[in-house]
Amino acid sequence: MWSAAKVVAMHDETATARTLALAVRNWPGHVAGQHVDVRLTAPDGYSAVRSYSIASAPSSDGRIEITVERLPNGEVSPYLTHEVMVGDELELRGPIGGWFVWRSDQTEPILLVAGGSGIVPLMAMLRSRGSAGSSAPFRLLYSVREPKTLFYRDELRALSSQGDSVVITYAYTRVTPKDWPRPAGRIDASVIATGTWPSTLRPTSYICGPTSFVERATDLLIGAGYEREKIKTERFGATGERK
Amino acid sequence: MAIISRGFSGRRSTAEAKLPPGQYLTTDFPVLSAGPTPHISLDRWEFTIDDGSNVLKRWDWKSFRELPSETIATDLHCVTRWSKLGTSWEGVSLDVLLADLKTDLPYALFRSYGDYTTNLPLKDVMNKQAWIAFKYDGADLEPEHGGPARLLVPHLYLWKSAKWVKGMTLMPHDKPGFWENLGYHIYGDPWREQRYSDE
Repeated sequence: MWSAAKVVAMHDETATARTLALAVRNWPGHVAGQHVDVRLTAPDGYSAVRSYSIASAPSSDGRIEITVERLPNGEVSPYLTHEVMVGDELELRGPIGGWFVWRSDQTEPILLVAGGSGIVPLMAMLRSRGSAGSSAPFRLLYSVREPKTLFYRDELRALSSQGDSVVITYAYTRVTPKDWPRPAGRIDASVIATGTWPSTLRPTSYICGPTSFVERATDLLIGAGYEREKIKTERFGATGERK
Repeated sequence: MAIISRGFSGRRSTAEAKLPPGQYLTTDFPVLSAGPTPHISLDRWEFTIDDGSNVLKRWDWKSFRELPSETIATDLHCVTRWSKLGTSWEGVSLDVLLADLKTDLPYALFRSYGDYTTNLPLKDVMNKQAWIAFKYDGADLEPEHGGPARLLVPHLYLWKSAKWVKGMTLMPHDKPGFWENLGYHIYGDPWREQRYSDE
């Protein structure tokens, strides 16, 4: 059930987050939104496992990417963001999760709402949309602390400038870019009004982020008329290491 | 054979000896829910027990809170690998709710506001093993943690402790609930590390 996964490439997304590309032995494939368990084992046999969302689109080449945010008191994330090198092997299990997923045969409008590193499984959905040639209309509302904490900045910019139906709205909670029209702050009803689909389109929503962010975003969406049955959530615990 | 992770030593504590395999200790209280948090007014709240065709028992909030309750000190183990030790709850034991109910049906599907379900053998919610909890740490249970009332079955992974619980359906055969249909284990014993359906 645990598979060897070789680190084949890596790059930093931000000062504290790193993307690892892994070649996984006997990888069965995944669906956008799923996650994996990663196990580290010390020489004396002590091991620690954490879950990480898959960032990459489904593919048949046995490679996946995860993006790991380093947590100040984390046990596994500091290793994955600092210590690990290309060529190292990790142990991995998955894919896991059948609920918080977007399948490329879904054609309804999609709303993605990300708080911080909650962007990772939603990025897999955007990438899956692209690689499957889907024309499902997508919107992404991406809330971050400040511009330099954005993940996938260039790729998101390219996606939204293609002129097809991916619309991206950014919201900043602490520091905005220069001349940004909205002051820094938590998302509110006006951000929801400008950054999401009208509820009459009956979109399916995927919301991922810290618990307080997800609670706030879902309450705002329900207040804007979104159907509660069509809102899927994934929350980080206050400890941060996913869920 | 595990692959040794070069340069990894981990962060251990003596308390981890008390933890089920593959768990780590946390002191805060993470939230795991598949959808929006329902906000249920106490006027509308009820808890029912049925057998699939007939409602056998029904309590509204007032009659439920008039039942004898007890305090529970217990450890929690979430399938996402965090464990929290020594939590404090107040709730009504399922033994009280099931006291004068005669049934041969050996399984139950717990149902929640927000349409969550989870399945349990009836014997796992009897004999001081399960409660409908309405207080956590001395305060009314917050909606994000399952308030006004949630099932508490602490000897199994926490997804079995259905938040926002509103009833239980007795069944002749076991039938998977929400997460059990999505790849998680049908029973979910943390000490046997029954996380996923392939274990």
